[in-house]
Amino acid sequence: MIELVSQDRCIGCRLCVKVCPTNVFAMEGKLAVIARQEDCQTCFMCEAYCPVDALYVAPQADKSANPDEQELIESGRLGSWRKEIGWNPGAEDTMAERDTTPFFEVFTEAYRGKQQEIGK
Amino acid sequence: MSQPALKEALKLTADVLVIGGGPAGTWAALTAAAKGVKVILADKGYCGSSGATAPSGTGVWYVKPEEELREAAKASRYAMGGKLAEHRWMDRVLDRTYENMNRLGVSGYPFPVDEEGNPYRRGLQGPEYMRLMRKLVKKAGVKILDHSPVLELLADEHGVAGAAGVQTQNGEAWSVHAGAVVIATGGCAFLSKALGCNVLTGDGYLFAAEAGASLSGMEFSNAYAICPTFSSVTKTAYYSYASFYYEDGSVVEGAGSKKGRSVIARNLLAGRQVFAKLDGADEALQPLLRVAQTNFFLPFDRRGINPFKDLFPVTLRLEGTVRGTGGIRITDEQCGTGVPGLYAAGDAATRELICGGFTGGGSHNAAWAMSSGSFAGEGAAAYAAGLGRHSQHRAPVGLSSSPLVHQEVKAGEAARTAEYVEAVQAEVKPYDINLFRTEQGLASSLERLDGLWKEQRSREIQRTPEGVKAREAEAMTATARWMYSSALARTETRGMHKREDFKGSDDSQHHRLISGGLDQVWVKTEEVAKESVLL
Ligand SMILES: Cc1cc2nc3c(=O)[nH]c(=O)nc-3n(C[C@H](O)[C@H](O)[C@H](O)COP(=O)(O)OP(=O)(O)OC[C@H]3O[C@@H](n4cnc5c(N)ncnc54)[C@H](O)[C@@H]3O)c2cc1C
Ligand code: SF4
Ligand code: SF4
Repeated sequence: MIELVSQDRCIGCRLCVKVCPTNVFAMEGKLAVIARQEDCQTCFMCEAYCPVDALYVAPQADKSANPDEQELIESGRLGSWRKEIGWNPGAEDTMAERDTTPFFEVFTEAYRGKQQEIGK
Repeated sequence: MSQPALKEALKLTADVLVIGGGPAGTWAALTAAAKGVKVILADKGYCGSSGATAPSGTGVWYVKPEEELREAAKASRYAMGGKLAEHRWMDRVLDRTYENMNRLGVSGYPFPVDEEGNPYRRGLQGPEYMRLMRKLVKKAGVKILDHSPVLELLADEHGVAGAAGVQTQNGEAWSVHAGAVVIATGGCAFLSKALGCNVLTGDGYLFAAEAGASLSGMEFSNAYAICPTFSSVTKTAYYSYASFYYEDGSVVEGAGSKKGRSVIARNLLAGRQVFAKLDGADEALQPLLRVAQTNFFLPFDRRGINPFKDLFPVTLRLEGTVRGTGGIRITDEQCGTGVPGLYAAGDAATRELICGGFTGGGSHNAAWAMSSGSFAGEGAAAYAAGLGRHSQHRAPVGLSSSPLVHQEVKAGEAARTAEYVEAVQAEVKPYDINLFRTEQGLASSLERLDGLWKEQRSREIQRTPEGVKAREAEAMTATARWMYSSALARTETRGMHKREDFKGSDDSQHHRLISGGLDQVWVKTEEVAKESVLL
């Protein structure tokens, strides 16, 4: 679930309010706030869009995890999803350019055998 | 009948209204706009981030038009799907998907390239894909209404003529009068928190049924995804590398990501937690897996779990029709529904035409969404254009089965809605009702669901964000009733529909099950097009 809007980082651009599919955020003055946490579907989309990595979605779908902002910064978790997608400024490439998961084949024994070979 | 939208509310007109802005809705809007008609697209969330595709990577049924490859692709799920797919539809969808994927490349989607420098076009990254689709839709001149869920369709004696809803961020009601409507509201995952799926509550099925359309294949609606118990990330492909264990480290015999899901379910039902570990992928392979499917690893990384080495508890999360195949029945090549002016595309429509009764996840659904979206967009545009001047003088009314009102409804309605949602979930989530199906289990569940429908159907529902939730609860209730009525009628095992009391498949039931009705649910059979038997 969404757990954090960093008050230090948020620049009030409203993007999270716009993109959250289940309308979890609201603006309070110049900053975004988590207004309806119970509606969060843990889809990580807001994190992908926030231009200053002010948001943290904990991987727990049901339980509130109350993470510590400083720890998230130190462990590199704040903003890590945007970086994976390659939407952070200065990214070398995007995930779209890298991901070649062969979905059809991944399910078959024959394919897995082949991959193990390539891996070696 | 419901009260019309208020005077000061947002009132618009268009030739084509598209409901839902996932892949199916955006392709429908793009294709309709390309025909030169005026298009409006309304989404419950935000077109570009909402729905089942946006948060993750999807494999796409992209197959080069070479006979051998195409035949193999068509055969791949034909038997698993209980032989309910149709040759002609598979051909059309393969052709249109191939075309649309190549168009995406031209429009700027950054496809990866292989060693020989050829673009690799068999998958799409959701965030990138849907951001691009939004951009293309806007560029085509389509007006997008975000955070504007539809509450009901509008119609007159000639057919469907628009829809009405509410803007959840400012509370204002809206309505669009349109010559034709495309329903692209996705499937129904019953608010189970499967990745990206909580906007998918079967609304479109209910709208279609209220307009007199029918559904098809609703027995193929019990997709469950393996995922870590704590997580929403229902990405299942990599579990083909997993082994499953009990807490004491002993192996769960027979458990697996494909056939062995029922073994996992039986253990969970018996109260024995099952754990997984991807120990089938050796160390050399692990970094390769990490390059792809990044969001599979996201929840693990954030919790400091190494899924290749550490045991983690797993569950089976309901994805309902999203990775099932049932949906609104399609009656013609333009994805018409049989109701004049009403079209359906994507997960909102049945996907039996291309994958029968076996899951559409993993490539078929994505292909279906983009091709059925295009077919429906073209069909709707042509229909609306054909209405001519006639379309200007319509005074359509709302079709909601519960009265939609403007005035404040009684206090405590939100709590009641939450109770209805929980009550429906208690019928559709349990493995011993929905996965391991029996006559007794289905029939007694249906009785309770019928009661739930009766209680809700005369509720006054306000045109507010709370009212949206009330309509979602109704849609889920109706969906569950079509599901279980169809499941009860299919006294055999076929595709993903598994009857404990009829374990084999029965040749005399090689037909489709069409369902519909609101207060009285009905189910009847329909022949599968003959040429499908050729494969
Ligand atoms: C985790 C996961 C992984 C998947 N992986 C694959 C894969 O690899 N390959 C594959 O082929 N398929 C896959 N699928 C299935 C695929 O995502 C869907 O088939 C696809 O998203 C369907 O597109 P759609 O446009 O019909 O629906 P969606 O993408 O779900 O979009 C529906 C839209 O309708 C909107 N909406 C809903 N109700 C209303 C309303 N009342 N008013 C207005 N708007 C409304 C929603 O907000 C949403 O934006 C996967 C699904 C999941 C959940
Ligand atoms: S997207 Fe980020 S910066 Fe913009 S309002 Fe939301 S939290 Fe603040
Ligand atoms: S994780 Fe998804 S649902 Fe939750 S706040 Fe972010 S965008 Fe909204």
